[in-house]
Amino acid sequence: MIGATHYVALSLILLCIGVVGLMVRRNFITVLMSLELMFNAVNVNLIAFSFRLGDLAGQVLAMFVITIAAAEAAIGLGLIIALVRLKDTVALEEADEMGG
Amino acid sequence: MDFLVANFGAILFYVVATITVAAAVGVVTLRNPVHAAVSLLLTFLMVAVLFVMSHAEFLAAVQVLVYAGGIMVLYLFVIMLARIKDLGPGKVFLSGLAPLAVLAGVVLGCLIAIGILLGSMAAGDGGAAAMTAVDGEAIGNTEAVGWLLYLKYLVPFEVVSVVLLVAMIGAIVFGRRDAALAGAGEEVEP
Amino acid sequence: MKFYDLIWLIPILPLLGAICNGFVSNRLGLKKSVTHGVALLGSGLAWLLGWAAIVQWILDLGIHHTHVVRLYSWIQGGSLRILDGSLAEVDIAASFQLDAVSALMVFFVTFVGFLIHVYSIGYMHDESDRAYARYFSFLNLFMFSMLVLVLGSNLAVLFVGWEGVGLCSYLLIGFYFEKDWCAAAGMKAFIVNRIGDWGFLLAIFATFMVFGTLEFTEFFPAAAAHPEHFASAATLIGLLLFVGAIGKSAQIPLYVWLPDAMAGPTPVSALIHAATMVTAGVYMVVRCNVIYRLSPTAMLVVAIVGGLTAIFAATIGLVQNDIKKVLAYSTVSQLGYMFLGAGVGAFVAAIFHVLTHAYFKACLFLGSGSVIHACGGEQDIRKMGGLKKHMPTTYWTFLVATLAISGIPIFAGFFSKDEILFKAFEAGASDLNRFGSAYYVLWILGMVGAVLTAFYMFRLVFMTFHGEFRGGEEAAHHLHESPWTMTMPLVVLGVLSIFGGLVGVPGKLFHHPEWNLVERFLEPILLPIGHAAEGGHDVSHHAVSFGLEWGLVVLSVAVASFGIWLAYRFYMGTEALVRPQRLAEHFPLAYKLLLNKYWMDEIYGATVISGTVKGSRLLWEFDARVVDGAVNGTALTTVGSSFISGIFDLRVVDGAVNLIATCYDVASRWFRKLQVGFAQGYAMVMVFGAAILLAVYYLFKLN
Repeated sequence: MIGATHYVALSLILLCIGVVGLMVRRNFITVLMSLELMFNAVNVNLIAFSFRLGDLAGQVLAMFVITIAAAEAAIGLGLIIALVRLKDTVALEEADEMGG
Repeated sequence: MDFLVANFGAILFYVVATITVAAAVGVVTLRNPVHAAVSLLLTFLMVAVLFVMSHAEFLAAVQVLVYAGGIMVLYLFVIMLARIKDLGPGKVFLSGLAPLAVLAGVVLGCLIAIGILLGSMAAGDGGAAAMTAVDGEAIGNTEAVGWLLYLKYLVPFEVVSVVLLVAMIGAIVFGRRDAALAGAGEEVEP
Repeated sequence: MKFYDLIWLIPILPLLGAICNGFVSNRLGLKKSVTHGVALLGSGLAWLLGWAAIVQWILDLGIHHTHVVRLYSWIQGGSLRILDGSLAEVDIAASFQLDAVSALMVFFVTFVGFLIHVYSIGYMHDESDRAYARYFSFLNLFMFSMLVLVLGSNLAVLFVGWEGVGLCSYLLIGFYFEKDWCAAAGMKAFIVNRIGDWGFLLAIFATFMVFGTLEFTEFFPAAAAHPEHFASAATLIGLLLFVGAIGKSAQIPLYVWLPDAMAGPTPVSALIHAATMVTAGVYMVVRCNVIYRLSPTAMLVVAIVGGLTAIFAATIGLVQNDIKKVLAYSTVSQLGYMFLGAGVGAFVAAIFHVLTHAYFKACLFLGSGSVIHACGGEQDIRKMGGLKKHMPTTYWTFLVATLAISGIPIFAGFFSKDEILFKAFEAGASDLNRFGSAYYVLWILGMVGAVLTAFYMFRLVFMTFHGEFRGGEEAAHHLHESPWTMTMPLVVLGVLSIFGGLVGVPGKLFHHPEWNLVERFLEPILLPIGHAAEGGHDVSHHAVSFGLEWGLVVLSVAVASFGIWLAYRFYMGTEALVRPQRLAEHFPLAYKLLLNKYWMDEIYGATVISGTVKGSRLLWEFDARVVDGAVNGTALTTVGSSFISGIFDLRVVDGAVNLIATCYDVASRWFRKLQVGFAQGYAMVMVFGAAILLAVYYLFKLN
């Protein structure tokens, strides 16, 4: 039957996609979205185990993850606003002021 | 028909999973950010379904409310209000980095897979009843989560609240229109 | 407390005077009367104490008793192994002794010294106060040294006095040190003396090695008891001691300092170079007569050197024109006679001649000082003459002293010189120690020397006091007799020159040997050697008959008279100075040789002195080139090696440090590429890192 393994595998796939997207996309917005994707993958993982082990703590933790993800999204979008104001573009490669 | 009924859970799962993965791929690959946002929304919804399937009803509701209702809206608003220009006819992905990134992702995935395979997990939904009960009393998932959240995990709860507060302040600070953000001499956008 | 227990005080009194004058009067520039008062007190008290001690000693203890006063232990070394294998303790005491010969020396040294102090008051009147004080300080210091010399009871204390008189001689000869030639003369005296002192020191060491002690009262009896045992040692010691005497008493070859020493003030010449210092050598030989009597060789050497010096110096004195130089060569000659006497075994006669020589030579020198003073500093006798009328006292005392030195009977010098010559003849006749013929030759030399002595001394008298004054109008006005401070000592010494010799009348000529007081007085110092039956007389008295003895006396008088007559012929009367001039023209070479003192100084300068200078220059070169070269070479090596080390430091060490810095530079440049500022790059790296971590974790897990 469908067990925790399937959920975990799904979570893994989502994670990998999100990681790749994070590294690859030029558009900053899309990068942040990939990040959201990764958060979701984690949540799926947590819920799967919570269900399998019969422990509600997993759900609580997933709750926290969602909250934090929301906070992070807010900040990240604030960053985008700032970046747009500064560079007038959302291409991430343009933001290399800190580079040597 | 019997097959469908008998294996409804499995079929549902596979369908939902497929859509989720497809949407995720869409997020990563679509050029237009709005399209990517919609794709992401779809992903969120599918994940909520998965939550329900795992007897985490409350969380599914939260997922839809917060993610789909809050975060996606936020994304779309920002895309709209900040007048994000399209990246133009340039590439979607970074040229040099793409293969390497894919490799990294694949490698990471494989490694984690190894870990999963090395471990042992049995099938079954052993905790269905547990999802809805606290102290042996069946009270429903939401109440159960609430009991846990406000009693056992009160401190993390409060901390997360503070984090939200900080994030809010941070977002306000970032969003301010003043010369310090925009740089000296640059015109401030209204 | 008896006076003879205070004999140590006799030298100390003049020492105190010297210190007082040297450090107080000299520095403060006190009046002359204070200075000479202190000096007279020092030497006068020494004289009185000395005479008192002698008298008391004779009366209480007798002349046979050697009274030793030991003050304290001066040098204490450990034990040394001496020649015969036993261990001898080095314990030299500061002690003085009073016996016959030291008493005799003290007798005339203190008295004549005092007289010369008095004389100096008048002579040095014109000096500045400070120079005056300096002079008297040195003079007192000299008295101190001389008295230490004669009163010392061991060779070490004697040597202290020996060195002391040498020092004072230098100080006083170079008194007018502003004049270069005076300072040079002082140095010459000191250096030549030093050569003699070297021999003396070796003799002291040899004495200690042989006998284990330096005390006279210890090693003389020891030597006398075993003559055969110590014979060879005695030869060595005797010869070494004589080297010291040659230097101090101006014998050949170390006499050259004495004529130059006339650069000092005349009283200094009188005291030091006539009466006292130069006779120290004779005193030392007579004191050590035991040693010499053990060694015929040493005695012969002493006699030969003395005899040769006597005649050699006399020949030079014949033609000298400086009044003091004549007297200086005369002193050398007379000293030669004294050593001749010692060498033939006539120790008593030698000391007797010292005594009489002190009287007449001091008188002669002081007289010459008076003459020089009158002539305003002129010393050339060719510029003198006819001084008899102007300075009668000086003339008569000078004449008396000249008669004494010439050996005219009754006058002092006759008895002593005649005794020496007789003993020389006797040594020849009795074939003393198998060297008879040598002693005969020496007697002949002595006789010839007597002729020459009489001649040149009377030449001096005639040229200075008789005839017409040749010094010019200017000087003629200044001719005057000297003050009483100068003439009084002259008179005293003149009287002594007449009667002083009577203490040594050869009584045996009149069958009364007891009349010879000097011989009886000095008998105790001639210790009996071995098992000789006769005490102290080694020379057989039976070699020369009574008649021959009288004949020799007459002969010596005749010889002296011949010399005087010759001088009269040459230098008196109408044809004065013509005859000698003709003689000089006949024998120009001989005249030149004598006038230039056989060019001895020049020979020394060309050989010894230039050799020494060349040798020291060679050593200096060695030091400068080799030694300093080695030192400089080491320095250069250090510089070179430090240069190399510096290069090494610069290249290698700094290079290594720079290399590290360059590595950092390169590495940082490479690492900088990581920080592109491109966030997604960081993300990728993080992913890779996570992958690696997992891989590592699995590897560990699997193991």
